[in-house]
Amino acid sequence: MRVSFPHMGNLWISVKAMLDSLGAEVVCAPPTSQRTLSLGVRYAPEGACLPLKLNVGNFIEAAEAGADTVIMAGGCGPCRFGYYAQVEQAILDDLGYHLRFLVLEPPEKHARELVARIRSITGTKSWWQVLGSVRHGFGLARCLDALEIRAQWLRPREIQPGSTDRALAGAEKEIATARPGEVSQAFRRAQAHLETVEREVDRPVVRVGVVGEIFTLLEPFVNLDLMQRLGRLGVEATRSVYLSEWINEHLFMGFYPGIRSARSARQASRPYLGHFVGGHGQETVGASVLYGEQKVDGVIQLLPFTCMPEIVAQHVLSAVSRDKGIPVMTLVLDEQTGEAGLTTRLEAFVDMLRGQKGGICA
Amino acid sequence: MKPVVGIPRALLYYQYYPLWRTFLDGLGVAVVVSPPTGRAILQDGLAALGTDVCLPVKVAAGHLMALRDKVDLIFLPRLVSAAKREYACPKLMGLPDLVRHSLDLPPLLAPVIDRYRHDNWPLLRVALALGHRLGASVPTVVRAYRRALACHRQYVQTMEAGYFPDEAGEAVCAGKPLDKRAPAEAVVAVIGHPYTVYDREINLNLAGRLSRMGLGVCTAEQVPEATVRRAATALPKHLFWTAGQQVVGAAFHYLTENRVAGMISVMSFGCGPDSMTGELIARQARQSGRIPHLTLTLDEHAAETGVLTRLEAFLDMVLSRREGDIATCG
Repeated sequence: MRVSFPHMGNLWISVKAMLDSLGAEVVCAPPTSQRTLSLGVRYAPEGACLPLKLNVGNFIEAAEAGADTVIMAGGCGPCRFGYYAQVEQAILDDLGYHLRFLVLEPPEKHARELVARIRSITGTKSWWQVLGSVRHGFGLARCLDALEIRAQWLRPREIQPGSTDRALAGAEKEIATARPGEVSQAFRRAQAHLETVEREVDRPVVRVGVVGEIFTLLEPFVNLDLMQRLGRLGVEATRSVYLSEWINEHLFMGFYPGIRSARSARQASRPYLGHFVGGHGQETVGASVLYGEQKVDGVIQLLPFTCMPEIVAQHVLSAVSRDKGIPVMTLVLDEQTGEAGLTTRLEAFVDMLRGQKGGICA
Repeated sequence: MKPVVGIPRALLYYQYYPLWRTFLDGLGVAVVVSPPTGRAILQDGLAALGTDVCLPVKVAAGHLMALRDKVDLIFLPRLVSAAKREYACPKLMGLPDLVRHSLDLPPLLAPVIDRYRHDNWPLLRVALALGHRLGASVPTVVRAYRRALACHRQYVQTMEAGYFPDEAGEAVCAGKPLDKRAPAEAVVAVIGHPYTVYDREINLNLAGRLSRMGLGVCTAEQVPEATVRRAATALPKHLFWTAGQQVVGAAFHYLTENRVAGMISVMSFGCGPDSMTGELIARQARQSGRIPHLTLTLDEHAAETGVLTRLEAFLDMVLSRREGDIATCG
């Protein structure tokens, strides 16, 4: 069995480490590229949202690299993601790629189904070993998030443009190659990479919160390296969701202590969005409210074109923006998104925020 | 004085109007329904909401704007789940908030309809809360509630007997039951959400055009729920949208029914569930290969000529196939 899985930012590092330590043979799909997107756009339904198209592209490229099984998350609605795996499998079957889909989702009939699916990956490993592997993968995700948060602080303050991103690449490599039991040493080495970046600590920066749908938040290919772009524009950007938080929230049911949960965001969204609407709609609204209360300078919302929960959130955000006095910009991303257009809008938004901030200071 | 309650003729209206109407009438409030969708309503809706929302929600915004100066309250339930372990589309779940923050509207009556865990209890609770808000006594509410449910059952049965929502709704609300309509010899199945299939303005009067060409029309609402659910079990996984079940199940059913000579999927541009169910239906239609299948995607830019050309080409195919059948039979 040669296992693969779809890409979402740095997710592959954690999943690969977990599967490796379980002794599974892992075939990583090539990093998401223009070719991945073209394949997805050609074979996926036209009206489907962007993550589905990229998944299809990833799976085709994984099959070309020799994968015969893919692991995919699922769900039970109301967001389209819950039916991704079934539609993707039908598309791939039609194309002649007969991949076996292991969908990790709440079972329809009996917990046995899910256990059997997990068992087919883990083979004869004991549950104790499985738990260890999951912890290892999750540990890496936490390290990566910590590094990223640090990098987001460093970018607007770096003296040599681009030095943070070079250091971050080295740091992520340390984590990606860390073996079980050596994670903390690797993390220290990775931190050391970042700390070599020369910085000007008291440089004035603009603070921006980035909220929205998780795939567009986490996948730099889709958001055209938004976090780096913001950093280069002198913005200290933070995100409403990080990978480890998402894993803890959705896969571990918030079991792991000491990790920021989305509960406070959901609570904060109450006055604006009275009910959950699937996906991250409520979290987007709530996080924006919280950013407004923390006096962050601006909020950027990301969503894939036609994303239902985020469209609801988008319309509610205008009220949040008005009430909290925080500028909000919505970026809709799809296969047509052009770099020049995005850059122009980002620069204009950041200029506006900087102007406002200057006005208040003066 | 009892308040005037407005019902927008959009989205869930097509499925639940007789139920709502009977209930609100029973509580003694005056009910105003917005007029059928027209140019002006469509334009208002397009101007009111951002570009990313799907056409049906924009149409709904137009209807809300048409009501806002005429009523004290607008009845706009938040449909979360219409059946156990199923959901509505996220935009319907967030609709009251979406329009509340984007349009300037009178207060909304937006009860939460959530049957995800339990079937009946949540409905009665919603009815009682609504009655309380509108100042009706508990016995009045219970009486209105029971009458509304009976009315709804009758409405569903009338549609299953071959009638469109407007005919069925009128008959049921007037208390005049309709006989089962004799099925047409050759029909085209028009499959899609009720608010696109029955709104003549946005689907360019599809049903009217078909019947002028001598073809009957059958829709998803004319298939009994049990049949729909049975047909939908052919899917690889339980579909978690109730409306999607209806669409896919009815389409799968019509693909095997002999009198159906062709099928048109009517989708809205930007509709999330449609993008998935449309794919599932198109695949099944292609695999069965028995009848021609056309997908029409509607948006506010739908140019009449383009749609007509495609429709005519499709109908030529349907009719020539039928003549072929008759020839081979003879």
